[in-house]
Amino acid sequence: MLAQQVVNAISLGGVYALFALGFTLVFGVLNVVNLAHGAIFMVGAYAALQSVVHWHLPLSAAILVAMLVAGVVGWLLDRMILAPLRARKAPHLAPMIATIGLAIVLTSLVEGFHGPQNLRFPAEVLPTQGLRFGAVQITWLEVRIILLALMLMGALLWGINRTRFGRALRGVAESPKAAALLGINVEGLLHATSMIAAVLGGVAGVLIALYSNALFPHMGQAMLHKGIAVVILGGMGDIRGALVGGFFLGFAEVFSVAYVGSTMRDAVAFGLLFTILLLRPEGLFGKAAQRRA
Amino acid sequence: MRAWLFILSIALVATHSATNAIAQIKIGVAEALTGNASQYGTPIRKAFELAVGEINGGGGINGNKIELVIEDEQGKKEEAINVFKKLIFQDKVLMLFGPTLSNSAQASDPVAQSAKIVVFGTSNTADGITSIGNYVFRNSVTEADILPVTLKVASQKTGLKNVAVLYGNDDIFTKSGYDNFAKALQTLKIPVTTTESFAKGDVDFKPQLTKIKAGNPDAIVLSALVAEGGPIMVQARQLGITLPFIGGNGMNSPRVFELAKDNSDNLWVGSPWSVENPAAENKRFIAAYQKGHGALPDQFAAQAYDAMYMVAQAFRKIKLTGKLEADRKALRDALPATQFTGATGPFKFRQVTGRDGKPAGYDAVQTAIVMMTKGNQYVIQK
Repeated sequence: MLAQQVVNAISLGGVYALFALGFTLVFGVLNVVNLAHGAIFMVGAYAALQSVVHWHLPLSAAILVAMLVAGVVGWLLDRMILAPLRARKAPHLAPMIATIGLAIVLTSLVEGFHGPQNLRFPAEVLPTQGLRFGAVQITWLEVRIILLALMLMGALLWGINRTRFGRALRGVAESPKAAALLGINVEGLLHATSMIAAVLGGVAGVLIALYSNALFPHMGQAMLHKGIAVVILGGMGDIRGALVGGFFLGFAEVFSVAYVGSTMRDAVAFGLLFTILLLRPEGLFGKAAQRRA
Repeated sequence: MRAWLFILSIALVATHSATNAIAQIKIGVAEALTGNASQYGTPIRKAFELAVGEINGGGGINGNKIELVIEDEQGKKEEAINVFKKLIFQDKVLMLFGPTLSNSAQASDPVAQSAKIVVFGTSNTADGITSIGNYVFRNSVTEADILPVTLKVASQKTGLKNVAVLYGNDDIFTKSGYDNFAKALQTLKIPVTTTESFAKGDVDFKPQLTKIKAGNPDAIVLSALVAEGGPIMVQARQLGITLPFIGGNGMNSPRVFELAKDNSDNLWVGSPWSVENPAAENKRFIAAYQKGHGALPDQFAAQAYDAMYMVAQAFRKIKLTGKLEADRKALRDALPATQFTGATGPFKFRQVTGRDGKPAGYDAVQTAIVMMTKGNQYVIQK
């Protein structure tokens, strides 16, 4: 049972981490708590469902469509909502409230088109073969979910630490003004960041929908709460923090079910989180206030 | 289509008022015809109209015709009370059908009780409705009656020795389903390996299922709505758990076959009614309903249809005096003895005790039909 629960925790933690990455990225670079990230996550899942059911695309292509759709939403979010607020020097809370509005709009749209009931990916498109290692049962689907999540995380870390784009990003996170003086296109970079974050969120949406066999318009809500917890645990705006925090929450949830009791699932997971924050208020990787991303 | 239905309903209303002159048996119907609960209330109304059409067409009741006074209670408590008062005091009906939801019944049935008029619920399954008083009747079978039967049949057929339990702990329906299952497991002396829960809106059930698997039970008792129950079945099969699932009424829905397509086999559920039941009365009902409404009936329609025939049977036994109070009481006194075999099978009433310990209203005594899923459909288990 232990080995199987570890596999469960890794799959779940991977999706949490992927979701939290986008969330923390927007906070770190744009300094905005993006409460529409859960809705973007949901939109990604529905975009993939739409491609599979109505356009008969294979699953891998559907994931690309989901990335594209979520990415466009993320780009528009910054271009149409956050950028104008920045230009007007809106107070701190305004962008956050605006993202709540976007979340409501996206959720209502999807509810209007697809209805409020649960949907799932058609059974035919899912790989069904399983792998067995002793007592551990894992499907190809889960293997791919874990691999894809790890790949995307790797790509993001590499992009931020090793590329010109990443350097510029870190520069903007540090000080947008200084970055602009150095000739960095700050606005463009912020659009791009919001887009990349949304792409990650959208993929996370598809993966959780595949993993759990369920899509519904409010699926982003619970995820958003968990995502916020993960990001706070890891340290607001810190990439490694989101990674570690995501897996931490996955393991905490799974093992509280395994060894404490399923009624206590969220109580144990969030209780642990609370305790850690009491000991380290800045989060696991948070440095006292400044330096982000 | 809408417009056509609208015209038809106007025509129906028109014919109703035209027959006013000769109608002598006025029955009030208070169901949720708009709003969320109208998905249950609408088939109920259609089934009432179907049954009344048949009864009146066959000569009525001792020469008298039934007239329905239909009101929309919108699935809301306050509205149910208003509509009940209107039907009782203004329309002066002889008895009432409805309301659609148990929640509303808790609020509105006391109105009928204190006015001493029969209120007959065809879709209220919550505990305690009929303990409101001796004018409260229902033919909707509760989960408390069905789950023990489901469990018993499933345990006989599969030879299970112990079970694991999984239930939604933050929903009143799945939680009370769990309570009833727990009681039945105790009565049948079936040991429980582990009891796990989940919350509404959860999507990941693998930790619970992994734990259940480790306990090595013979079956999984599941009190869940289909939104969670579907993914639970799929995730269980992904983990290599091939055990039978024993579900409550929440899992008795064709939506199982969408949400758990190809992973839905070996799910046991009980129901007072099944579209697959080949009994002659049921086949006749299904055919008539389909002919009238172009769609298959559901469990609520079947229960409403039978209820109207039960009431008709009771009316046949009494002599109407034209005095409202006397006739209402005569019906109450005649109704408990009703025995009827309809779309939902053989039926009779059982008196329950009220909160004060005195005899109160009447619940259904009916055998549940136990079904098992196979190849994405329900198969009746004899």
